[in-house]
Amino acid sequence: MAHHKEEINSEKETLQHTRRKFFKISTALTAVALIPSKILKAAEDNVDEKVAERFEKQTLTLEVNGVQQTLSVEPRVTLLDLLREQLKLTGSKKGCDHGQCGACTVHVNGQRVLSCLSLAVMQNGKKIATIEGLAKGDDLHPMQAAFIKYDGFQCGYCTPGQIMSAVACVREGHADNEDEIRQYMSGNICRCGAYPNIVKAITEAKQKGEV
Amino acid sequence: MINFNYVKPSTQKAVTDTLGKDATAQIIAGGTNLVDLMKRGVTAPEKLVDITGLPLKNIEQQKGFVRIGTLALNSEVAESELILKKFPLLAKALNAGASPQLRNMATVGGNMMQRTRCSYFYDTAMPCNKRKAGTGCGALKGYNRMHAIFGTTENCIAVHPSDMCIALVALDAIVVISGKAERRIPFADFHRLAGTNPDKDNTLQRGEMITAIEIPDNDALAKNTVYLKVRDRASYAFALISVAAALDVKDGNIAAVRLAMGGVAHKPWRLTAAENFLKGKVPSTENFKQAAAIAMKDAKGFGHNNFKLKLAPNTIIQALTTVSTQA
Ligand SMILES: Cc1cc2nc3c(=O)[nH]c(=O)nc-3n(C[C@H](O)[C@H](O)[C@H](O)COP(=O)(O)OP(=O)(O)OC[C@H]3O[C@@H](n4cnc5c(N)ncnc54)[C@H](O)[C@@H]3O)c2cc1C
Ligand code: FES
Ligand code: FES
Repeated sequence: MAHHKEEINSEKETLQHTRRKFFKISTALTAVALIPSKILKAAEDNVDEKVAERFEKQTLTLEVNGVQQTLSVEPRVTLLDLLREQLKLTGSKKGCDHGQCGACTVHVNGQRVLSCLSLAVMQNGKKIATIEGLAKGDDLHPMQAAFIKYDGFQCGYCTPGQIMSAVACVREGHADNEDEIRQYMSGNICRCGAYPNIVKAITEAKQKGEV
Repeated sequence: MINFNYVKPSTQKAVTDTLGKDATAQIIAGGTNLVDLMKRGVTAPEKLVDITGLPLKNIEQQKGFVRIGTLALNSEVAESELILKKFPLLAKALNAGASPQLRNMATVGGNMMQRTRCSYFYDTAMPCNKRKAGTGCGALKGYNRMHAIFGTTENCIAVHPSDMCIALVALDAIVVISGKAERRIPFADFHRLAGTNPDKDNTLQRGEMITAIEIPDNDALAKNTVYLKVRDRASYAFALISVAAALDVKDGNIAAVRLAMGGVAHKPWRLTAAENFLKGKVPSTENFKQAAAIAMKDAKGFGHNNFKLKLAPNTIIQALTTVSTQA
């Protein structure tokens, strides 16, 4: 049964491929006339595959900070650019855009990841949490409060990424001591060198147990 | 980044069929290497085949081996109870690589297939036989501090950058590959030396994909293990030299030993001759020094990386000393 389905899928693939090319060189009407309607239907149903034509935008459904969003993106758009440019959530920062600094850290389905190396189209159906979603109204999240209390930043550019990473670090159970915190926060670079205060902030937030 | 088509097949067969038919199609899994390379214009696939919808994520005990699906994340493997119990060396190597965020994205297959970090490969204005065949090797007479000391040719002196793969080659893992048919090959035969065509990192054929890794049960290799990674900063940096070591001592003699080295070759570098020398001997500093000397036979520096000729044996000795004091 499973085998059978696989065959159909690959057949569909071939069909979509040839059909697309075909449309480019002929008119829709002759195409419809030439292709048996059953096969055309199978290709159109397209249940198992998502195909985005070059430069063609693709529809995407995401939950961002608890709000359902239906968006349209080109395949090349990163999650970071989607958040910043389309949703105007500019809290997540573009530091290096190459996975080397952690400024773009967000949570996807509860796990910390780098939004600059994530393609938006690949996040369809997922839950995204950014720094903007951390506070509850005017009440800061305990990690945000701890960063302020301990002066866990200077210029503040790395801070949203640091805080998103720190929250995940505590939730993962990787904040038991200073060494462990340093090790598991090593994906977040701070150009201003605020590390000692960041470690203090995370230590306290972890001890208070509200993260 | 130039634009591309995006497909997300729901069957393995649809993936391998697409790859077989379309030479410009490429798999994307975690995206941590591929998206970076595409942004820099080093690679420009016309179609990305997203494999994250396939059911290839399980880490499970089977008869005589542990099977890890290609889509298991680096963080999931490193934190798996089964892996921590049976193959702590693998967990240690994974945790020495990249950052927590990257490990939450990176997959097993993607890690194996990651490209070199050679700066000439990355800089599209520079010659690089790996990026563009026939253009020459910029590193050979250029700045080659990170480069290989074993198995090099004048065509390419790049190193394979993975930490995970160093543990897997030491553990005699098997790579499960699916294409027209399924095949299984020893991990040591998956990656290749540069030879005359450095553009090929490994022996995967067009129309094939990695589906899993299988690691044979071997309790002797779970007892005393270390992954010693020497790098320019304490974390979040690629290895200058790394050594994976596992040691089992019985009645004062070495009953089983595995050694592999990273940061030294175009592929994960297993130290078989050194292992053979150590088997049955007492775990002593003198024997470790001799083993390291055996491992370094045929090593060759290219100027800026000459320091590796000393750092590598010292790292081997240090790794062996560490595992023997655990024993
Ligand atoms: C800043 C930074 C630091 C890093 N530091 C380290 C480090 O210290 N040590 C280390 O080991 N690594 C390090 N990495 C590399 C990281 O481990 C790799 O990028 C990651 O493992 C790639 O996995 P992925 O799933 O994201 O692959 P992708 O980027 O999705 O794919 C990489 C390649 O694998 C191919 N591919 C993926 N899956 C399959 C499959 N199943 N079959 C066939 N082909 C497949 C893709 O086509 C592509 O060519 C670092 C990366 C970054 C960005
Ligand atoms: S912007 Fe993503 S890691 Fe630097
Ligand atoms: S506070 Fe300036 S970069 Fe961290």
